[in-house]
Amino acid sequence: MRIWQRMGPVLLVAPLVVYLLAFYAIPLTAMLLRSVSDPTWTLENFQRLVGDTVFIRVFWTTLRTALVVTAGTLLLGYPVALALSRLRGGAASVVLIIVLLPFWTSVLVRSYAWMVLLGRKGMINEALLAIGLTDAPLKLLNTPLAVHIAMIHILLPYMILPIASVLRGLDPALPRAASGLGAAPFSVFARVILPLSMPGVAAGVLLVFVLSLGFYITPALVGGPRDFMLSMLIAQQVELLNWPYAACLSATLLAATLLIIAMFQRLPGVRDVLRAVAR
Amino acid sequence: MDSVETLTVAKSIGFQGATVVLTAVEKRFDAVAAVRGVSVDVGAGEFLTLLGPSGSGKTTTLMMIAGFETPSAGDIAIDGRSVVAQPPHKRNIGMVFQNYALFPHMTVAENIGFPLRQRGVDRLTRARLIAESLEMVQLPGYDSRYPRQLSGGQQQRVALARSIVFRPRLLLMDEPLGALDKQLRESLQLEMRRLHADLGITFIYVTHDQEEALTMSDRIAVMNEGRIAQIGTPEDLYDRPCDRFVASFIGESNFLPCVVRGFEDGMVVADCDGTLMRGVANGSPAPGDRLTLAVRPERVRFAGADDPVMTNRIWATVTEIVFAGERRRYLCRCDNGASIVVKEPSSATTIRRAEGERIELIWPTADTVVV
Repeated sequence: MRIWQRMGPVLLVAPLVVYLLAFYAIPLTAMLLRSVSDPTWTLENFQRLVGDTVFIRVFWTTLRTALVVTAGTLLLGYPVALALSRLRGGAASVVLIIVLLPFWTSVLVRSYAWMVLLGRKGMINEALLAIGLTDAPLKLLNTPLAVHIAMIHILLPYMILPIASVLRGLDPALPRAASGLGAAPFSVFARVILPLSMPGVAAGVLLVFVLSLGFYITPALVGGPRDFMLSMLIAQQVELLNWPYAACLSATLLAATLLIIAMFQRLPGVRDVLRAVAR
Repeated sequence: MDSVETLTVAKSIGFQGATVVLTAVEKRFDAVAAVRGVSVDVGAGEFLTLLGPSGSGKTTTLMMIAGFETPSAGDIAIDGRSVVAQPPHKRNIGMVFQNYALFPHMTVAENIGFPLRQRGVDRLTRARLIAESLEMVQLPGYDSRYPRQLSGGQQQRVALARSIVFRPRLLLMDEPLGALDKQLRESLQLEMRRLHADLGITFIYVTHDQEEALTMSDRIAVMNEGRIAQIGTPEDLYDRPCDRFVASFIGESNFLPCVVRGFEDGMVVADCDGTLMRGVANGSPAPGDRLTLAVRPERVRFAGADDPVMTNRIWATVTEIVFAGERRRYLCRCDNGASIVVKEPSSATTIRRAEGERIELIWPTADTVVV
């Protein structure tokens, strides 16, 4: 009886552990090993990356896209998070559903939706032509702009939710105290609310940035040839059966992601926010 | 900055607190009335306490003076000027919150310097004033600590320092000692009284603790259900409560139902189930009015040889005795059915009574209030 009590939790998670080992950890290790063992044990694959202009250009595109998308979601998401944290009752639920609705829709569907909106004969161009703002349809689809717009839209909830969670947890007496002590509304925001919401901002930035680095479907659908991202390069190399190179790229992407997570986790409060949002 | 300088100088040459006048102030939240017509004049340099149970409207009243709530009706004037339309950050009022509301991301010095920075005080003056006010709350050398590194009492002292460092002429406090233990609370009560005397500014203090209100205030406004039930000095309220609510909320009272019979030598004569008693009335009750006679437990004595004249007396049986350290409480049942609590100092010289003992209770007519 006692042994069952002690083993209970272990047995409960055992199926998942086995599943993850079989379908995640083992393939991942095999793939990572491949980057240093194909054709023989060597670091040659990684050395080649350093001078590889295709890799460097793709890596830069990926990084730049992730930075722009992170900045975009932060600028658009912070005010929404602030509003969300101040609303109470029914209004709060409505805004929360509006924020979460895209979250529950498939990324594929949302990416196709953006193709429909941004295309040469899409709704945006039709509207611009109708009101006479342009004479000829603008090239929106298959540009970096399209990638940024679509990715910002898809990733916004990941920025809004952690920030709103921190702002909601803020003691309402603090902004009150600040204004009672003579701080004008902007000063209350800049000196009290904003600094105290930084753990939420850091958590949101981490989530959006890391997700952006590995984004595949959206840039593939709405991007142009110049928006070739690391995940797309990996997919392409796998299709070409260039396994060592693909493994090497994957290892690099994984390392970059882990490095960023490790850096952000060190910031005060970020872990707590991520835990709170996960709940 | 020179305005703060001027104020520091002004204080030394007889700097005065602000006057606060509330006129028929009301506050409704949707359909619920939290404050229903509060009028009060707070004098310059006065220590006024708003005392009441939770939901009596005392905190809402304070929040309206601070500017965090807008009155639904009525007017609030500080130094003769209406502030109803003024946002909180322009009112120049010091405020201490129940849970301190220290900024967790700022050090003690930054917290105290916050109101000075908002007023554009330069760095050097700021440093001097911060050091001065830390001295005043007996926390010198704590500048670079963060609030989480301080105990509750220390945090409250920092909050106090922050609220007076910019020399406001009015300080509002919302149950500032509510979260502290009894001993700390008592020492901080004395400290606040001292600060009030030193600074000479007006204090408006909110609490639900009647003992705290009695010890600290110049005047107390007892609030109940959104109204001021009675306002007066602690002695006034304790000795001459105007109604049953005040008599039971401030201190402890024995209540005896009675019927007014008439007046004699300025005192009401009333019939308590067959026993005639005398007492002081606040208004002018008419014969036949059914009222309540109230007397404090420590003013009731057991009858002895040297009883003074002018007393009310009633026969009773001791039913329960509780020893409470400095005092002994006797619960007595009167022959007419009413219960009376007697509190006696627990001295070795007082005669101990036994449970079941039949004895006469007496108390001065001047300590009897008809409400």
